Amino acid sequence: MRRSVSTGVFLVTLGLAIVGLDGVAGKATASAQSTPETMAVKIDNFTFGPAELTVKAGTTITWTNRDDIPHTVVSSDKAFKSKVLDTDEKFSSTFRTPGTFSYFCSIHPKMTGKVVVQ
Amino acid sequence: MSENESELLHDHNDDGVDRRGFLKCMAWAGTGAFLVMQAGVLKSYSLSKMPKLGPKSSGELSFAQISDSHMGFNKPANTDVAGTLKAAVDRINGLATPPEFILHTGDISHLSKSEEFDTVDQILKSASARNVFYVPGEHDVLDDDGKQYLERYGKGATGAGWYSFDTKGVHFIGLVNVLNLKAGGLGTLGGEQLKWMEDDVRHLKHSTPIVVFAHIPLWSVYPAWGWGTEDSAQALAYLKKFGSVTVLNGHIHQTMQKVEGNVTFHTAASTAFPQPQPGTADSPGPLKVPAEQLKSILGITDVTYVRGKHALAVVDSSLA
Repeated sequence: MRRSVSTGVFLVTLGLAIVGLDGVAGKATASAQSTPETMAVKIDNFTFGPAELTVKAGTTITWTNRDDIPHTVVSSDKAFKSKVLDTDEKFSSTFRTPGTFSYFCSIHPKMTGKVVVQ
Repeated sequence: MSENESELLHDHNDDGVDRRGFLKCMAWAGTGAFLVMQAGVLKSYSLSKMPKLGPKSSGELSFAQISDSHMGFNKPANTDVAGTLKAAVDRINGLATPPEFILHTGDISHLSKSEEFDTVDQILKSASARNVFYVPGEHDVLDDDGKQYLERYGKGATGAGWYSFDTKGVHFIGLVNVLNLKAGGLGTLGGEQLKWMEDDVRHLKHSTPIVVFAHIPLWSVYPAWGWGTEDSAQALAYLKKFGSVTVLNGHIHQTMQKVEGNVTFHTAASTAFPQPQPGTADSPGPLKVPAEQLKSILGITDVTYVRGKHALAVVDSSLA
């Protein structure tokens, strides 16, 4: 009896997971069709890499923290601000307006970076 | 005396002293290594080479410092930070002279999660010293500008959590230098806190021993890694009139001492994981050491104040 109940729960969970995957795949296809630019910045060894990035307006940048220590991505003018990113966590921001955006890690402020949007 | 303890004794009453004399020492608790880089006239000793201080003299104040417990950290540098914090408490409970209280110099938690603070609170309940005085580290104020920290630990404190108290004639000042950090900058105390501190010490006698504790070092240990505080010079200027000032910090996960004039600076080891010596790695990220060596570079600090001598004996003990 107990066994059949837990199997049922498992199947429901699996079903949700499949729906979730479908949703992600559909979104990715739609994005590919409108060909927006995506760029990546890795956080490694207390450094944003690349520290400076020049992109077209409309580009989405994703930061990934690859350190064993949490970091944040916070623009100096507060235009964008991530929650704290633990190891392997990501933060994305889409840059729609041209300009230069300086940012830093609010926990380790010696870590700085810049996004130039054209 | 075991090899994993080292002691610095700075006697500020040593007259005829060139008080601008500069002494920079660096000690890794646990290895027994103790390096005097430049000897000034202020004295420092390794305990293995000097008689132990008489611990039973009257009017003495002993307290312990722990730091950087980073509860919640679970990466290879230490997958059991609760275990090493417990070992630190055991170490404190085993001290020959029981400390009257414990200072925790920040980074209590790793990610400012309430369950991480809960775990530390629970472990520290088994310490023989009932009172624990805290200052926040940058890991304790993530995402909420220190609101949770202030609610948990800031009762009776001013501003973002700074405060002072007196015990046995010694004036303790707990400072907050991990909030409102500016891009490219270091730790920051800020104008409001500096003003408070100036008022806090204004009416104290010059002979009052002062102990200042804060998370990020109040001296420039290694600014390239952010190991310093932008406006610490202003804070230290308020303390120039005092004969004995001791500054206790954490943040850099290793013990280091420096004496400059009337001020002794000391950083404590972490109870969680070590960090590299300044400039010896690409970044200040956690240092991975073989498991059997880990406890030899984690530790606690035991501080003894001997009344009348204005000397603070600072003993770093590893957890090994």
